[in-house]
This record gives sequence, structure tokens and C-alpha cells, in this order.
Amino acid sequence: MSENYIKTPKEICGLGHRMKRKEDARFIQGKGRYIDDIVLPGTLYMDIVRSPYAYAKILSINSEKALAIPGVLAVITGKDLEAYNLHWMPTLMSDTQMVLPTDTVMYQAQEVAAVIATDKYIAADAVLAVDVEYEPMKPVIDPHKALDADAPVLRSDKEGKTDNHIWHWEAGDRTATDTAFANAEVVVKEQIYTPRIHVVSIETCGCVADFDKVEGKLTLYMTTQAPHAIRTVLALVAGHVGLSEEKIRVISPDIGGGFGGKVPVYPGYVIATAASVLIGKPVKWIEDRMENLQADSFARDYHMTCELAATKEGKIQALRIKTLADHGYTDAAANPSKFPAGMFSICTGSYDYDTAFTEMDAVYTNKPPGGVAYRCSFRVTEAVHAIERMVDRLAQEIGKDPAQLRFENFINKDQFPYQSALGWEYDSGDYHQALEKAMEIISYDELRKEQAEKRANGELMGIGISSFTEIVGAGPSKHFDILGIKMFDSAEIRVHPTGKAIARFGTKSQGQGHETTYAQIIAQELGIPAEHIQVEEGDTDTAPYGLGTYASRSTPTAGAAAVIAARKLRDKAKKIAAHLLEVSEEDLEWEPGKFSVKGAPDKAKTIQEIVFAAYTNHPQGMEAGFEAVHYYDPPNLTFPFGSYICVVDIDKGTGQVKVRRFIAVDDCGTIINPMVVEGQIHGGLTQGLAPALYEELIYDEDGNILNGSLMDYLVPTAVESPSWETAHTVTPSPHHPIGAKGVGESPTVGAPPAIANAVVDALSHLGVTHIDIPITATKVWEILREKGVAE
Amino acid sequence: MHSITVTVNGQAYTKEVEARLLLVHFIRDVLALTGTHIGCDTSNCGACTILINGRSVKSCTQFAVQADGKEITTVEGMAGEALHPIQEGFKEEHGLQCGFCTPGMIMRASDLLSKNPNPSEEEIRWAISGNLCRCTGYNNIVKAIKYAASKMTEEVVES
Repeated sequence: MSENYIKTPKEICGLGHRMKRKEDARFIQGKGRYIDDIVLPGTLYMDIVRSPYAYAKILSINSEKALAIPGVLAVITGKDLEAYNLHWMPTLMSDTQMVLPTDTVMYQAQEVAAVIATDKYIAADAVLAVDVEYEPMKPVIDPHKALDADAPVLRSDKEGKTDNHIWHWEAGDRTATDTAFANAEVVVKEQIYTPRIHVVSIETCGCVADFDKVEGKLTLYMTTQAPHAIRTVLALVAGHVGLSEEKIRVISPDIGGGFGGKVPVYPGYVIATAASVLIGKPVKWIEDRMENLQADSFARDYHMTCELAATKEGKIQALRIKTLADHGYTDAAANPSKFPAGMFSICTGSYDYDTAFTEMDAVYTNKPPGGVAYRCSFRVTEAVHAIERMVDRLAQEIGKDPAQLRFENFINKDQFPYQSALGWEYDSGDYHQALEKAMEIISYDELRKEQAEKRANGELMGIGISSFTEIVGAGPSKHFDILGIKMFDSAEIRVHPTGKAIARFGTKSQGQGHETTYAQIIAQELGIPAEHIQVEEGDTDTAPYGLGTYASRSTPTAGAAAVIAARKLRDKAKKIAAHLLEVSEEDLEWEPGKFSVKGAPDKAKTIQEIVFAAYTNHPQGMEAGFEAVHYYDPPNLTFPFGSYICVVDIDKGTGQVKVRRFIAVDDCGTIINPMVVEGQIHGGLTQGLAPALYEELIYDEDGNILNGSLMDYLVPTAVESPSWETAHTVTPSPHHPIGAKGVGESPTVGAPPAIANAVVDALSHLGVTHIDIPITATKVWEILREKGVAE
Repeated sequence: MHSITVTVNGQAYTKEVEARLLLVHFIRDVLALTGTHIGCDTSNCGACTILINGRSVKSCTQFAVQADGKEITTVEGMAGEALHPIQEGFKEEHGLQCGFCTPGMIMRASDLLSKNPNPSEEEIRWAISGNLCRCTGYNNIVKAIKYAASKMTEEVVES
């Protein structure tokens, strides 16, 4: 179903309408309600003492001076939490993470103690007054040295642990792949690093924990993308101190950007909650930007050895990738449980070949934990960067145009559903069409001519392509869970007697526009104007259970749940209409908004009349009311795709890369709201530009972070960001009830290799085959100088 | 403690404040105007941008005592009976997603348009380069400010 849905009139505003967002009214008038806007009577403030060392023994913590400051109520240490067995907590990947350390700190900026005070300024004063004595140790910073025989065993807290190895993961056929490589006419190989980066949502993380001692109920306002999962995790890890799931209410208020960084449970949330339970007053914790950048989950940090085997004509035959993953001191990634490397095995990309093998080893280092998304669905960005760089590398090796090479290797549209070499069933695609469209819009052939002329004049211009395949919408319960909880998602629709509705979801928007797009989905299915459908998310006391919003899963899962719930209601509406019109159900036909009698269009009942009857005149024997709920378990993942082309000019004097043009042709299946989709793509592209050219968390050999504030961690501004050009093709997902696939992360996945490929293309005649992102002006200038072309 | 008198969105407030109290905390915590946000601690993100005597200022970079006697406008003071054209532009052109940077962007745009009623795309991009947005990729923020510019220019012509 899908492509041929009935276009609703503007008053209903179903699928395909550029409906202005319902949530905007509050945001443009300063009436959003973000975490720091929540002030409860008697609120106390928490601030955190953090480690200056990457690896050190804690010899002592002296709180006397801090406690002597008027307004300071408590200084909480790991020893205090140990008394309640709350000093460690599980990570989403079933590793363990300190809430507060009792004896050793494992990374710079790690939480060491927390101060509770009546005022945030007093709390900040008290942080400075806590005296911690450390004995620094030599840290493990370089992941390549983490497995050396003389490397200290960082996780000595784990019984029997003798090295810093976390896990080994592999997918594909090693033997067949090795054979293919041994017999290949052409093999290309590159070391590709996707650097450690940070999501930098403009709102940092925080919470207000409010424990009501009389009711025994905890209300936790929290910057979380997954409120229901948090509630269950809290009940599981803190059940022994009296937190029972029916007495935990997690409220995720307006969220100022998430991008995956608000999926994990950070120690601050847990300490604030423990403090509120102990003191019986609301405790607010809002991290500042430097804490956010230095201590919250990082993304990426994959060191990949990539190889592609092909014929000399350029037919790809096999892919082999071996990866070293730096996870910091614990594996606190946010992947589905059975997928330690996320969806990395999408690394075969958009190309048709039978053989691939990928393996990965994860190691501990003295860096902050993480491995979260940065607007990418579970390690897809790393995978796509690898394959899209390598395809260009192959094109360069055999002297073929990279667009032509892609056309010759793409999976054809008649091959879908397509079984990939690493085991995924791609649902639908038309890769040729997307690349053709991008090439046409940007006048690819003209650009190649211009490039040749410029090159003859000594000017540096490059054209880069990326034809990515995403994998989103986790996921089918057979394989996908987080801590055992299956990754379905939910929608509940209640239609009031006057035909207006409230719909609640297990997901949580962080800017994606769910209040508008979910309303449009329901409007399409029920014919109730989207304007009359109020969407609510984020309150675990009211919303149906769901796993939250990340990995572009909201539309594929909760969006589908909304469709099915609405269709349940439409079935009920049909029965009521038949009753009201005194005909049989078979005699009725539907158009969005009303049932009419076939052949007698005047005999009709609007959805509003039908709903009113559900409360005032429902057929005998039918349940009254007009409500439905659905928990949607997707039959497969969805596979959005696209082709991006980037044009860069390089300044030979400074090495600066200027993105002159960038066209993004995306295919996310059926489009719910084109305006929202375009907005998502623009934003994702800038978050693709960011790691491609600017962003990287850099550590020195002692584990000091060298760019731990926004003064030196370069988030692109409107000046660095080009004017993005977008277009789309529509290849519906055959298994999603409206054919939608999800889009939020496609551009972040697709953009970095397009940009990197463009820069390498500009320098390819100088013998450059690869540059690791971020491709900073300094890196480029060094290359230009080495090649003797710097001005 | 110091006594300061500040006019915010047309209303005068006299308050006792600590010398070290940041203006943004004064606005948010003392006056409970939470539309002005905090996104960093180094004056890079611009989420806290307000107008002081008509000029945009990052309110995390000033102390409340420095605003004594000044006129402040925050995002809450932009709309009258109807939305301000800049606010309207952000809604019409989808210039916001999570909304966290939006108040700062709106205030910065207000400063720009008061000095340059018809800015080019490049001028807009440079003008908002002290305000970070992580959601929109800036395309539609530029469009929103252009929308406001043309609407405000029309209004001037009409009046």
C-alpha cells in the first residue's frame, strides 16, 4: 500500500501536505518548556566535582570546606552510594558504568562527587571547595596500544579480566571473502578513521528529580529520548531501594535536540534521583556545555582497515573491513542488545556483490564512554563512510568515473527485496534513479569539464558522490531489543465525542515535528483534520509503552502504529456508519472524512457524526467510545537511500575547503510532510558537514581533552554551512503500512563521504587517495605543501 | 547585594542581586522569563541572545548589575496582538525544529533587520554566525529572516 494514497483536502491535511508545524507557536514565543524551565517549589541544585585526570586513584575526598558553606546540604560520593549499592549501574550494552567512583577515576571530567545546595551559584562554589586527593596513573589513550602486553588492565573491577578487550564481532563469510581477495584482479586498501565526535545538541542534558516521600512516588523530568525505557531501567536497578515501576513517572519535556546523545543514562541523572530520594526534595541537575562535551557520550571512533576487491573493469567482487573500536572505559553504546557494532553490517552499501566479511574488536581506553549515534542509526555512518570512500578509491585506481562505477555496481531496482552479503533484506530501492537525478540537477558532465579546465590552470576543484543505503526503523522483535525490551513502538488514539482527538505515542520528538506529522498520519487515515489532533509524548504515566525516538525509528515504528490504530477505528466507524445509515457495511465506501453509500453519495456520515454516535447512539452490543491502541512490531527494517553530489573548491593558500554546491537526492519512501522532510535533510547535512570538515574530540597522550568547549570544538555556523539543495525520489517501503521509511539521519550518513570524496577528487591528480575526516584546512594545507602546490 | 532597576519587555523591575549574577540567570530565574535559553558557557552558541537598548547581546556574557537602567527585550516581548514578522517568518519558513536556539536567533535577527532592513543571504549568514543551530542546517533560518525582512519592509511602505 502506499504511493497511491488519496490526497486529502487542505482542511484535513493528511499525507503530503506542507502543513506548518503545530509545535512552533510555543517555541517562537519563548513558551517551550525545556528541562531547565521546570522549577518546583523548594528545588535544590546539584553540581558535580569532576576529575582533572584521565586515570587516577582517589586517595581521599574532603567535603568539610564545602559543607561549611551556607546553603550546602550534602556532598555525595561513591562511598555514599555504595551503601545503597548504587555506585555502579548497567549500561545499555550490559557493561557496567560507575555512577560515582569509590576508588579510581577512568577519564578526565568523570564525576567524582556531587554537591547539593539551595542555589546553583552556591553549588558551584561548593564544587570548588571539595578537596580531592588523587594519585595519577599512566592512562591508556591510544586504542591501538590498549591490547599491548604492558598496557594496564583498566577494568580490574571485573573478575578475571586480564586485558582491555571488550568484544569481538564479525559478520559474513571469512573464507569466501579471503578467496575472492586472493583471486581478485584489483584490490584497493585504505585505513579510514571516523573520529570521535559529539552531538552538541544546543540544549545540554539535565533532570529534575522529585521524590514525594509521602506517596513514595518519583517524578523524574529528564532530557531523554526514551522515557519508558528509562522508567523500566530505574525500576530494575533501583528496585532494591524502594523504587517500584508504578511509582516512577518519567516526563521528557520539550527537548532541545537529542541526536542520540540523550539516549544513555548519565551518572548525573542517577545521582540527582538518589539525592531527591534521600532528601525528599526536588533536585535539579543541569550540566554546562563543557561537562556535556567532555563527559557525555561520544559518537564514532572507529579505526577501519577497508579493502575492496574488483575486476579490472571495476565490477566489485568482495569487501573486507577490520575495525578497532575505541569505547572509552565502558561499553556504553546505545545499540540493540544483539548488535554490539550496531548496524555496521550495512557496509556492503548500495552495490551488488556476493561476498563480504567484517570483523571488529572493541577496546577499553581512558576516555569517556559512549558510542552513541550523532544522528546516525547505530553505526551506519561509519559503515557508509567506509564503502563510499572505497568505491571512490576503486574508481581512482582503475581510472573510471566514480558515477559510472556506481551505476555499473548498483543493485538494480528489480532485485528488491535484495538479500545483502551480510544478511540484510533491503526492502526497496531505485539507486540508479536517485544518482541520475542528482547528476542532472547539478549538471555533472558540465562540472567535470569545468574541473578539467580548472585543473589545467592549476586550480583545485573536486566533485564527490555518495550513494548511500541507510538501515533504520529498529526493529523486528525477533532480533531487536534493548536490555531485553523488544523494539516495537506504540500509538494510542482517543477521539472525543465532538470529533477532536488526542494521540499519544511511545516515542519522543526532540525537534522532528511529531506533533504535526503524527497528526497528519492520523488525519490521512481517519479524515479528522490534523489541526484537531493533539499529539502528546514523553509522559510515562499517560503514553503507551514504547522504546523512544532515535535511529530514525519513529515513523517506521510509532508512525506505523498510528496507522494501524487509526485503521482499527475506521473499521469501527464503518460499523457505526452502517448502523446510522441502515445499510450493510459492504454497501459503504470510504473517502477521508466520511463513509457514503455506494451509488448514493448523498447518503453519508462524516467521521465527526460517526464519532459522536459512538458516544451517543452506538449500536447495541458494540463497545461505546472511540479509542484504539496499537503496538507495532515491524516485519523488517526500512532502507532509505539517496545520492548526494558535492562540489568543493580548495584555497591553495590556506587549504580551506569551500563547499560550493551540494545536492541531496533522498528517498525515504512515502513523504508525510515535505516541508518537515526537507528541514530534516538540511539539518542532517550540516551535521554531516561538521565531522567531514570540522569536528573531532582530541585527546593528548595523558588523556587531557584539548578541545572541550565550544571555543575550540567547531560546530558549523551559518557561514560554514552552504545553501543546501534537495530533491527526492519516492520508492515506498513495501512492508510499512503507508510506505514510509524514516529520514532524519540519512543526510548525516550520506554527507561525510560525499564531501571527503570531493576533496580527495580535487587532489587525486597529486596522488592523494584518502584523507581522514575532519578534513581541516590545516590537513589540506599540509598536503598541498608536501605536494609542492601550496601558495 | 545590589539594587538594580531594569525594564524588561516594557515592564520595570527593581531587584536586589548579587554582583556575580549573570544577566541570563536574572532573566530566567529572577524574572521567570524562560524563553531565553542557555546553550554554552563560553558565549559561542547565542541561545541567550536578548536586546539591550535595541542591540543584541549574549546575556550569559553580562552581569545583571550591568543592565541597571537599561531596556531589555526578550523573545517574550516580541509579539504584540499578532506575532512579530520575525516569529511569523520562522513558522512560515520552518526555521526551527527543536526550538532551543530559536529565541536567540529571533533576537539576533531583530538586531540585524533594525540596522539592515534588506540583508542579502550572505549578510544574514554572517549576522547569525554567533548563533548555533544543530537542527535546521540554517537554510530555513535564512529564509525566515528574509521573509521577515520583506514583510517588515512592506509594513513600512504601507504605514
